[in-house]
Amino acid sequence: MPAMRSRPDAAALARRNRRTALAAFGLVAVMAGVSFAAVPLYDLFCRVTGFNGTVRVGQAAPGAVSERTITVRFNATTHPNLPWRFEPGQQAVTLRLGEEGMGFYLARNLADRPVEGVSTYNVTPEVAGRYFHKVACFCFEAQTLQPGQQVDMPLAFWVDPRIAEDPNTRDIRTITINYTFFRTLADAERAGALASAGQHVGRGAR
Amino acid sequence: MASATDAHHGHDAHHDHKPGFVQRWLFSTNHKDIGTLYIIFSLVAAVVGVFLSFLMRLELQQPGMQIFADGQMWNAYVSAHGLIMVFFVIMPALIGGFGNWFVPIMIGAPDMAFPRLNNISFWLLVPAFILLTASLFVGGGPGAGWTIYPPLSGRTGEVLYQTGPAMDMALFALHLAGASSILGAANFITTIFNMRAPGMTLHKMPLFVWSMLVTAFLLLLAVPVLGGAITMLITDRNFGTAFFDPAGGGDPVLFQHLFWFFGHPEVYIMILPAFGIISHVVATFSRKPVFGYLGMAYAMVAIGVVGFVVWAHHMYTSGIDVDTRAYFMAATMIIAVPTGIKIFSWIATMWGGSIELKTPMLFAIGFIFLFTVGGVTGVVLANASITQVLHNTYYVVAHFHYVLSLGAVFGIYAGIYYWIGKMSGRQYPEFWGKVHFWLTFVGVNMTFFPMHFLGTQGMPRRYPDYPDAMWGWNFVSSVGSYIAIASFVVFFYVMWLTFRKGEKAAANPWGAGATTLEWRVPSPPPFHTFDELPRIR
Repeated sequence: MPAMRSRPDAAALARRNRRTALAAFGLVAVMAGVSFAAVPLYDLFCRVTGFNGTVRVGQAAPGAVSERTITVRFNATTHPNLPWRFEPGQQAVTLRLGEEGMGFYLARNLADRPVEGVSTYNVTPEVAGRYFHKVACFCFEAQTLQPGQQVDMPLAFWVDPRIAEDPNTRDIRTITINYTFFRTLADAERAGALASAGQHVGRGAR
Repeated sequence: MASATDAHHGHDAHHDHKPGFVQRWLFSTNHKDIGTLYIIFSLVAAVVGVFLSFLMRLELQQPGMQIFADGQMWNAYVSAHGLIMVFFVIMPALIGGFGNWFVPIMIGAPDMAFPRLNNISFWLLVPAFILLTASLFVGGGPGAGWTIYPPLSGRTGEVLYQTGPAMDMALFALHLAGASSILGAANFITTIFNMRAPGMTLHKMPLFVWSMLVTAFLLLLAVPVLGGAITMLITDRNFGTAFFDPAGGGDPVLFQHLFWFFGHPEVYIMILPAFGIISHVVATFSRKPVFGYLGMAYAMVAIGVVGFVVWAHHMYTSGIDVDTRAYFMAATMIIAVPTGIKIFSWIATMWGGSIELKTPMLFAIGFIFLFTVGGVTGVVLANASITQVLHNTYYVVAHFHYVLSLGAVFGIYAGIYYWIGKMSGRQYPEFWGKVHFWLTFVGVNMTFFPMHFLGTQGMPRRYPDYPDAMWGWNFVSSVGSYIAIASFVVFFYVMWLTFRKGEKAAANPWGAGATTLEWRVPSPPPFHTFDELPRIR
């Protein structure tokens, strides 16, 4: 065996070990925190970047500023647990870029009791999300329909003229907007249809 | 927490004094004994995992339903197979087993930094494994795949896929296994940073120690994210939250992001220690120092770093947009560069070397060959456009079994044959070792190579049945798996021969090629390896 040397001071080593381990566990705590922070951050990231067809909300239309037209198609999906008939009121509308357009969805409660639904939505192609603005929409909050009640759900939107300048989007002539309606967890809980009841989080919570 | 040096003073260091059985094996704080426990645990879990794959290949040998009742039962077995192999076979063997055994010896440390923490790491794995195995017999079993994607793994709202407690048991098993890994990783990092012998600088550390250091950091950064994700899944399932349920404002794709942020580093966690072992074996049996030592070390660091920014290549078909896919595609292919550095450096190490084809070297060369095959199909799958077609087909199954079942497992075998003389004091029988290698090599290739063809024909994974047109290669694959299972039996025979009739191993049975510190201590090393710390020049 090579030349020997006496062991470094045991107490100093123990202290150093504790410090290193503490740093390591600190890293673990940070990463665990990051995984939970991902929940709001992921939502924020999509809204800021228009990632995955997340649309912009809240800005008023500038009025028609372009001769170019674009077709907006409407699609509707209903989760099997929601006893609603939910469909677009029109197949498509064609509008000029920058012009405010209007569409309707029809929803009808087929059940014999009030049912609350909430929707998620996005647009396809996904890259168009950052140029698709919604002005007013039913989708921002949960909707309750009385037994047999039918409602028209209006939707006002406009497409940013800059869509024609972005090399990634300038060849887009048709944007499809899709809505998927779910029964809210709170409603399912009231109806006793929930496997596990408790406090809910997120948009559909009441 | 007592440090190793504190614990050390409790014993008479100058005699090889071992505590009694219960004290030694249940309350063990000795890194070598804990390493042995890990390896035995891994072999026990491997028997279960291999048995599950045997049932799966029996089912897939013919079209139609043979032995499984339904798809849920099939999925439960597939999930258990995957989780057992990942968390209870490969990780315990490579990290807990060889890591515990040889990291302290190779850096000239008396033991791990936190011996009692080390003990907890091991004993957390045992209940985790029992929970996961038991979950197969509870209700319908945890049939959501090893990726446990919601909504399939959930039961929020009115979505009832995995209703019983089986899924919760599996998730809790993952929590325990994750806690075990995190504690182990913190221990390794502390040991490697603080307990190196005088003169053992980071740039003189053996490559296996480097691989363990990178692995430990990957574990520390990745596993807590899995912990967070499955905690959310558990609260979604049991406490009415809706992190991943759109009906409550959640998003199931978020789970995929979180899972793969853990999952992709996880595959490097499984392969990096094998890289380390292969470097030692190739250098030893070529009688040359490993080619490009620093390049090899930093290639592993690079793989670890880049491994954290490629996760969405598992999610090409989840609806992420084309620019994102382009990024993840490019980032993924960049990993082929450091991996290529490693492969070419191993070949350059062998080049002009005095090569001895002993069993560990056969497994190492087999590893290089098969890992390259798996790496090439990995580059194919990195292409977002091709993955549109191949996603979730048997091509993917073939790919990850080539890098893990043939890569990591060959690394484990190479390590066992390389170090069994050191660990047990008895050398394995060379002839039967070679029989074991060739049987394994033929068996696993016959099992997994046809899966490439099945995948390109469009056979999806996670189904117990398939169209008659896919019978031929499935049959070949099943026969191959029986050969591979036979080779596993041969492996136990080799171990039996080793312990019953093996020759006494010298301190260094491999000659001039074996230069690391473990070959300078007797075989097996005394209970306290170093009376005095070695000095490295």
